[in-house]
Amino acid sequence: MTPEKWTVEQITTTTMEAFADTIVPGEKRSPDDLAVAGVASGGGAVASGALELLSDPASGFATALEALAGLLNDHAGRFALEHGRELDDAVPAFVALPYADRAALMLRLTAPDNGERDGWVALAMLSNMAFDTAAHLHTADAFAREHPGLSIIGYARPDTDGLWRFRDHSYGGTPAATHPDTSPSGSPA
Amino acid sequence: MTSMERTDVLVIGSGFGGAVTAYHLAAGGAKVVVLERGPWLQGTDFDHDFKLGSSYTRVFDFVVGDGMSLLSGNCVGGGSVVYFAAMPRAPRFAFERHGGIGRRMWPAAITRDSLDPWYDRVCEALPVTRQTWDDVSYAGGLFGAACSHAGRTANPVPIAIDTTLCTNCNWMMAGCRFDAKRSLLLNYLPAAVAHGAEIRPLHEVQRLARNEDGGYRVHYDTIDAEDYRITTGSGTIDAAIVVLAAGAGATPTILQRSEATLGPMPHAVGRYFSGNGERLNTAVIDEDRAGELFDLSRPDGRVYAANQIGRGPAVASWDDLDGTRPEYSRFSLEQLYFPPGLGTILAQTPDPTGATWFGPKKKELLRRWPSWLTIFAMTEDDNEGVFGAPPPTGNAYRISQQMLGRGTISYRPTANTLRGWAQSDAEIKRIMEKDGLSTVMPWTNDVVGAYTVHPLASCRLGDDPATSALDDRHELRGHPGIFVTDGSAVPGALTVNPALTIAALAERAVPGIVRAARERGVPVTYGAPSPDGATSGRTATASSAALLLGETGSARPGGHVAG
Repeated sequence: MTPEKWTVEQITTTTMEAFADTIVPGEKRSPDDLAVAGVASGGGAVASGALELLSDPASGFATALEALAGLLNDHAGRFALEHGRELDDAVPAFVALPYADRAALMLRLTAPDNGERDGWVALAMLSNMAFDTAAHLHTADAFAREHPGLSIIGYARPDTDGLWRFRDHSYGGTPAATHPDTSPSGSPA
Repeated sequence: MTSMERTDVLVIGSGFGGAVTAYHLAAGGAKVVVLERGPWLQGTDFDHDFKLGSSYTRVFDFVVGDGMSLLSGNCVGGGSVVYFAAMPRAPRFAFERHGGIGRRMWPAAITRDSLDPWYDRVCEALPVTRQTWDDVSYAGGLFGAACSHAGRTANPVPIAIDTTLCTNCNWMMAGCRFDAKRSLLLNYLPAAVAHGAEIRPLHEVQRLARNEDGGYRVHYDTIDAEDYRITTGSGTIDAAIVVLAAGAGATPTILQRSEATLGPMPHAVGRYFSGNGERLNTAVIDEDRAGELFDLSRPDGRVYAANQIGRGPAVASWDDLDGTRPEYSRFSLEQLYFPPGLGTILAQTPDPTGATWFGPKKKELLRRWPSWLTIFAMTEDDNEGVFGAPPPTGNAYRISQQMLGRGTISYRPTANTLRGWAQSDAEIKRIMEKDGLSTVMPWTNDVVGAYTVHPLASCRLGDDPATSALDDRHELRGHPGIFVTDGSAVPGALTVNPALTIAALAERAVPGIVRAARERGVPVTYGAPSPDGATSGRTATASSAALLLGETGSARPGGHVAG
């Protein structure tokens, strides 16, 4: 790593983006995108706003991201040493790892016997939430911005008043016989 | 220190256990104050919005423990605001369970038969109705068809929902904007307020102390309305009677924290926690195959792709609720909806060689989210959960402004529990993968441990002081005048959704609380009708109530029992 080229903010942002991209990977935003590994098509957690969500004071992690990025890069450096990886020292260690190594390290950090797992699991959950709920945005605004995650999971759009209603909702018919020991109220007898 | 404020009955929490008791005691003439740690939202306060800070995150807590995570309500109305309103009664055998103690864990006084009249009272109040197949969602219909195809029966689940108002929006966990869900905000709580009960939101009880007069002093903090990590003040209230109904994830921590001032707690406080044996599986439906197998289609021509449509669980399969089978081998299966953001991360890809809950293969699974069908198993676990030392405040170390916290519970599933989970997983796989209908994987336990939306039994009822915190009238052993009426009182897993059982037990607990209040000089009567004035339930429970009041022979069905 070359600190003279990377501000702490850049290291933090790029490292945490790489973390989020490990959880829900996406396609690179540009050919020189280092954070996004580019192992999946379509927008992933990063394009969905993971950094915005993690930086939102409501998440509880906004003030800890710098420290967490440093810790993650420390783990990545040790992982690289253990596995004989030669990393590009011009970039943060976790960002320098190929996707498979990022994923392997993620499994280690979130393993049930890892004492640090709570923090990494929470960050993983938030990364996933950025993708599948756009939790940093009002959902109506997320739809207006063509949020990648909501689009990819196929979350249906609301009515014009911003509320969801599904008039058609049932096949009807009688798909199964009811249990013979059902009480008149419909409970197990 | 002198306390400036007094009340007859102080109720902690406003979910089923708190709302039911608050209503009856207020209706009987007691001065009742309800302290609720969450906000008071209703109607159009309930957003269709995933943003942090909307009702989606304001109204519940997700507490991650060691080996178990709990989802609970955190608002006026408690679990009833965030629940999916599935209201089956517990099967007969659930009351006969032994669990890990080698003898019947429920008090002798409580059986399915003895509880049925109390169930009736709650069903009258909300009300609870039996659905038809025309009411159930596409997901429920498809699950029913799959069950039938696999040789099983399936039932539309009894629900506390007005289906004429329901829009099938599936935003129930953020609160029902359309007032279709019969939450406590629509029945017991307004009725309690009409009788003078005072409900104070954003008041988090921390501990209790005993006063010289035998009553209790309740210490609370007030909580910021947006950032629940911030305390804005504190205070105390003295009460003759305290009803703890903070939920199975919070009631034990309040009692643990109170031990320094109240004296030793029963051994069972904070022990024997049950996650209701819950287990989730995600089936990814092969749309073409579903059409071929069941000749199903929607008006727009699609076969299913309807994960988003509906209102939580609609259909359950009860063939494995066979009381002749040995304990730990009985379970129900229920179609369930889980909104994005809370469950998707735990769904797994069938890849034993690498990451199953994140990564590119998981993203491919997420692309098929509309074709997901979630199956919920409620099995018989072994009451393995134990709460550690209480956190400094509240029930958890709060992490985010709302919703996310780290709890003190540890949970190590026994072989019995693991076997029950494995059996239900296998049966779900048999049903849902038959003839290529779908591919199924259970949610991972490696991320947040096991997962329950129905925490139970952390201060349970029982006849044996060594293994139960409460006697059969819900009074805390060794601490007369303190009652516990929430899910923590339920002795063990029920194999079905527990809300109706929690509410029925709270109804049954009221006469005993009235009796204790009278003994402490509070002039209170018992015998209020249903919150909407109906009286059938009151009539049916009159003789049982008279026994619990200690006034056998003096009950007057249809009228108030004299105070």
